[in-house]
Amino acid sequence: MNASKISARNVNVFYGQKQAISDVSLDFDSDVVTALIGPSGCGKSTFLRTLNRMNDTIANARVEGRIALDGEDIYAAEMDVVQLRARVGMVFQKPNPFPKSIFENVAYGPRIHGLASGSAQLADIVERSLKRAGLWDEVKDRLSDSGTALSGGQQQRLCIARAIAVDPEVILMDEPCSALDPIATARIEELIHELKGRYAIVIVTHNMQQAARVSQRTAFFHLGSLVEYGTTSDIFTNPRQERTKDYITGRYG
Amino acid sequence: MSDGVAPIVPGTAAPVTVPARMPTDWQTASRQTRIRRRYAAEARFRLMGLFAVVMSAGFLAILLFTMISNGIGGFAQTRIALPIDFPRAGLTLDQARLKGPGADLALAGAGLPEATQAAAIVAYGPDGDKLLSDGAWLRVRDQVKANPALLRGRATLWVPAADTIDIAAKHDGAPADEAIVAKLKAMGALSTGFNAFFLTASDSTDPTMAGIWGALKGSIFTMVVTLLIAFPVGVLSALYLEEYATRNRFTDLIEVSINNLAAVPSIIFGLLGLAVFLNTFHLPRSAALVGGLTLALMTMPVIVIASRNAIKAVPPSIRDAALGVGASPIQVVFHHVLPLALPGILTGTIIGMARALGETAPLLMIGMRAFISAPPDRLSDPATVLPVQIFLWSDQVNRGFVEKTSAAIIVLLVFLLAMNGVAIYLRNKFETRW
Ligand SMILES: Nc1ncnc2c1ncn2[C@@H]1O[C@H](COP(=O)(O)OP(=O)(O)OP(=O)(O)O)[C@@H](O)[C@H]1O
Ligand SMILES: [Mg+2]
Repeated sequence: MNASKISARNVNVFYGQKQAISDVSLDFDSDVVTALIGPSGCGKSTFLRTLNRMNDTIANARVEGRIALDGEDIYAAEMDVVQLRARVGMVFQKPNPFPKSIFENVAYGPRIHGLASGSAQLADIVERSLKRAGLWDEVKDRLSDSGTALSGGQQQRLCIARAIAVDPEVILMDEPCSALDPIATARIEELIHELKGRYAIVIVTHNMQQAARVSQRTAFFHLGSLVEYGTTSDIFTNPRQERTKDYITGRYG
Repeated sequence: MSDGVAPIVPGTAAPVTVPARMPTDWQTASRQTRIRRRYAAEARFRLMGLFAVVMSAGFLAILLFTMISNGIGGFAQTRIALPIDFPRAGLTLDQARLKGPGADLALAGAGLPEATQAAAIVAYGPDGDKLLSDGAWLRVRDQVKANPALLRGRATLWVPAADTIDIAAKHDGAPADEAIVAKLKAMGALSTGFNAFFLTASDSTDPTMAGIWGALKGSIFTMVVTLLIAFPVGVLSALYLEEYATRNRFTDLIEVSINNLAAVPSIIFGLLGLAVFLNTFHLPRSAALVGGLTLALMTMPVIVIASRNAIKAVPPSIRDAALGVGASPIQVVFHHVLPLALPGILTGTIIGMARALGETAPLLMIGMRAFISAPPDRLSDPATVLPVQIFLWSDQVNRGFVEKTSAAIIVLLVFLLAMNGVAIYLRNKFETRW
């Protein structure tokens, strides 16, 4: 069990009185892409946000259970949340670039963590991150333009570049491709393939083909509970639960 | 469409069918009336808005027009030509003392005031000295200081006229004064010029000698103190309440208190300033320092409220984005929230400062209504401010102060516009940074 990068045990999440996640236990390994699927409102984003404690920012959210990163409880009092979020990066469901230049958007993380020793190295990190996010060719001539002036799909790739610029160990992606065209989606999927070897990647998606293409493990959520978890090929070809089968064959969702 | 129609089979009951809805017909009379009414409502609303804008612009124009037409005379000064024969004036003067800091004293002691009066009597008859402003000799002094060579011979100097002559020359004065003015004009001994002295002198009992500089400097000092206290304290409180404080009874109480504080009549702040700064801490009376502190108390709630609204308006997704790459709460605030909220914060600050600049009542309470004839040099010096100066002058019986009052109002308005201009410049600068 200790081999897992992140292990979640008996996690419950409440928004005030309302329980959004009940008793979920899941492991995420370092060289594996895990897809979280399930109908809208089933708690995928909520669960994802527990993994880097982004739920802390929601005043009435409460998390129970144990979530460990490399065996260390991330909800322990001595956990440094800032460092945790640098190690567990996140791409949000809605693109949220800073209202700053494209360059500044990507350079922000490395700058606040002092990852670059000099502006040349910083520019290098920015270029590399934008290339990996498949955005470089579109923006290389206008790095000083505002990030918010990009199209929705370009903004999402900018956010991905921003997340990978700090070289996290885990990347949480909440429907990163929902605003992208098929070409940009294919680039992101390529990126996920490329990153797979080094990072633990957790991706929420409503696109079954995408889940099948990019992930090795799939977890199916329904009404706040984990219904089924297994290798992606098992879930898609041979689901054990009726609900899973209904969902992936499109009978509801 | 035919699929939707159930086949009619004899002997079976017709199934209940929901009639398919036809597309809405927009051409019917009732729809057309609705559309016409909508256009009419929109046109009415536009007209009302236009009317409101025109009306407020009209009031502003009337205000500016009356202020400027009344006050512009305050910037002009009527001068009389005064021939003085210096060698015969009997000045007892040590030429060497004309240079350096002792010059003013030396000239005053040398009998220059008397010499000026005597010259007026020589030139314009036994009542000649009444034609000149009490401070006329000061202008003679300044010109002599600038050019000591004058002392060697006869010279004709332009000196300010007495306020009765000034009024008669500009508007209509007493018949006797009007006659004198007509005579002087015929002699070419009367001229009108820009009263630079108004912008460099302080209060005086003689309207021809009174200036606005003392009050303006007092206002600047007071505003600086107010800004230095109210802005940082207000913005930091707003940041703390919005970004750090957990919501509980205590923070609710603070919020209610601040909102109420913003609505407290300003004179109450004057009483507070009197009780706290003067009676408890024994700070100097009438000082810009105390005035600034008192106005800061008044301005701070406005800044807190405006800043909180501006901070609330920063989208949470920006905070998420920054936290998501591992920014600390302080970095989130200073790198993202504050820059985005700054335009709104500056707008609130300028509203609060503008209100403070025009405030009279609380400053009267802390003694800033004294007659002060020298501009303050330090924050603790006795000072007055523009609105109090306007209030004091408007109370004067001397007619010469009427246009000084309006002129002071113009100075106050210009100060206000300058302050607004700086704030708008800063706001645009921060808005276009990305
Ligand atoms: N801030 C919040 N406060 C209260 N309830 C919330 C909050 N955020 C989410 N919820 C509730 O928690 C449940 C799970 O929401 P969540 O956003 O995790 O769903 P999701 O699976 O990500 O859905 P989608 O696929 O539409 O993004 C929903 O019922 C939602 O209404
Ligand atoms: Mg979601």
